[in-house]
Amino acid sequence: MSELHYKTLSETAAMLQAGEITAEQAVQACLDRIEATEPSVKALISVQGEQALAKARELDGQGPDPAKPLWGVPMVLKDLLTTKGVTTTCASKFLENFVPFYDATVVEKLDAAGAICIAKANMDEFAMGSSTENSAYFKTANPWDLERVPGGSSGGSGATVAAGQCAAALGTDTGGSIRLPASFCGVTGLKPTYGRVSRYGMVAFGSSLDQIGPMARSVEDCARVLQVIAGHDPKDSTSVDCEVPDYLAGLDRKDLSGLTIGLPEQYWPDPDKEGGLSPEVDQACRNAVAKMEELGAKTVPVQLGLTDYAIATYYIIAMAEASSNLSRFDGIRYGKRAENAEELIDLYTKSRTQGFGDEVQRRIIIGSYVLSAGYYDAYYGKAAKVRRLIRRNFDKAFESCDLIAGPVCPTTAFKSGEKADPLQMYLIDIFTISCNLAGLPGMSMPVGLGADTNMPIGLQLLGPSFSEDLMLSAANTLEKNLPPMPSPGL
Amino acid sequence: MKISPEEVAKVASLARLELGPEKIEEFTGQLGDILEHMDKLGELDTEGVEPMFSPVEQVSVTREDKVRKEHTREEVLSNAPETDGKFFIVPRIV
Repeated sequence: MSELHYKTLSETAAMLQAGEITAEQAVQACLDRIEATEPSVKALISVQGEQALAKARELDGQGPDPAKPLWGVPMVLKDLLTTKGVTTTCASKFLENFVPFYDATVVEKLDAAGAICIAKANMDEFAMGSSTENSAYFKTANPWDLERVPGGSSGGSGATVAAGQCAAALGTDTGGSIRLPASFCGVTGLKPTYGRVSRYGMVAFGSSLDQIGPMARSVEDCARVLQVIAGHDPKDSTSVDCEVPDYLAGLDRKDLSGLTIGLPEQYWPDPDKEGGLSPEVDQACRNAVAKMEELGAKTVPVQLGLTDYAIATYYIIAMAEASSNLSRFDGIRYGKRAENAEELIDLYTKSRTQGFGDEVQRRIIIGSYVLSAGYYDAYYGKAAKVRRLIRRNFDKAFESCDLIAGPVCPTTAFKSGEKADPLQMYLIDIFTISCNLAGLPGMSMPVGLGADTNMPIGLQLLGPSFSEDLMLSAANTLEKNLPPMPSPGL
Repeated sequence: MKISPEEVAKVASLARLELGPEKIEEFTGQLGDILEHMDKLGELDTEGVEPMFSPVEQVSVTREDKVRKEHTREEVLSNAPETDGKFFIVPRIV
């Protein structure tokens, strides 16, 4: 069944529904692929093989169910989504032995739709990073070139999809953590509008920024998964109670006529100048935009004038929220407890110091600093105001266009160890973080391989709040008219 | 803004983290660079701008204040490093 592994989720789901393959065969094919590729890719923190096969046999016993759109489909979850009875580590030593007693809402929804979760994916510890090098367990390799990073923080989710280990995965995106690994690994990833998907059971990093979304091998696959996980949840008061459109219904558009694509000058810096796009990224993304024009889309220049301030704004807010969120890790109710602590404060301090990696500690310290009495106004308060201005930038831009297009990242995947300085690592998020600050949906879709590095390049699409349906339909039309994306030679 | 090693140690301790001398030195340089980058925001005029704390700015969603038993005591205690079967156990406080 090895020929199954690079099929799209849509193809696999159709074969399962038609009874052409059993759920057990689908799961076994993924487990075989994991066995073959995992020693080199290392995308997964844990694999629930026996459990997944048992669930598959149970489903097979009942037979395919058209009411369950993901019936028998093997999926992987980023390891910060709680799974009942299955260790959830957030790639941190602090939660090495944490076994949740409840499922995240998205996990419940996938289960109800018939999906089978086969493994938990590696990530940067508590989703803090852009390369998955901050995992406390191991680094994940990019399936296209094992010396390069898969991006982050959902690098395990990106790599497992690219390596054909599952039909699709869930990631989370606080500042680009779905879109960057999707771009680097040559898969499609969607960060929904803030409030579109319930975050109950997702271990929080930046609560005003985090969203859960699909990563898969086609736009249609992302639409199918989003359809299942989207919607209001009484357990998450930030999930918005508005109707979930039929994302698949819009996918049959023939062309892009009537669509206006905004091209922000700030997202297309001249490749010949310092700080510009790498020529291969510029080329591939421009080709994709040219294809959209050929398909009838109109392009217009737009301004996102505050792009240069977005990284500072984002990291102040994200770190402030992280320092607050991570104060729950105290070694009392779950997670790591240091030995030989003399009294309570000592217990907190030792447990946290031993349990958190360097990047997590750096962010907690800066987050605490920017929230502290003397610096709140200059940092956190200021960033919250600039955030409003960034949102207005987008509102203004969307007055003259339907969607925005640009690269996900100025370069293709870099080599492991290449960006050792934390600030240099933050700077690669330049094109992805404004979207989270504004709460908008964004996606990355592969548009080819770079002429210089031969690595995948992702085009980013951004849209107004709750425009996932339009974004998916435009992306699907573009995908169908681009040369098919090859698979990594694994 | 540059940050001093003393400030790094102090904020760390407030956040219940304990940094050794080498870590303080390493972090002082890195955090100084990051804060310096963040100082960029000072260039912008934000006079009169309402701060935005969340993309969802509607009125807070509330639900009926009703007691529900969703999880058992055993479940809630199941991940605790130390319990007596009924309560979380912490080191002696007083």
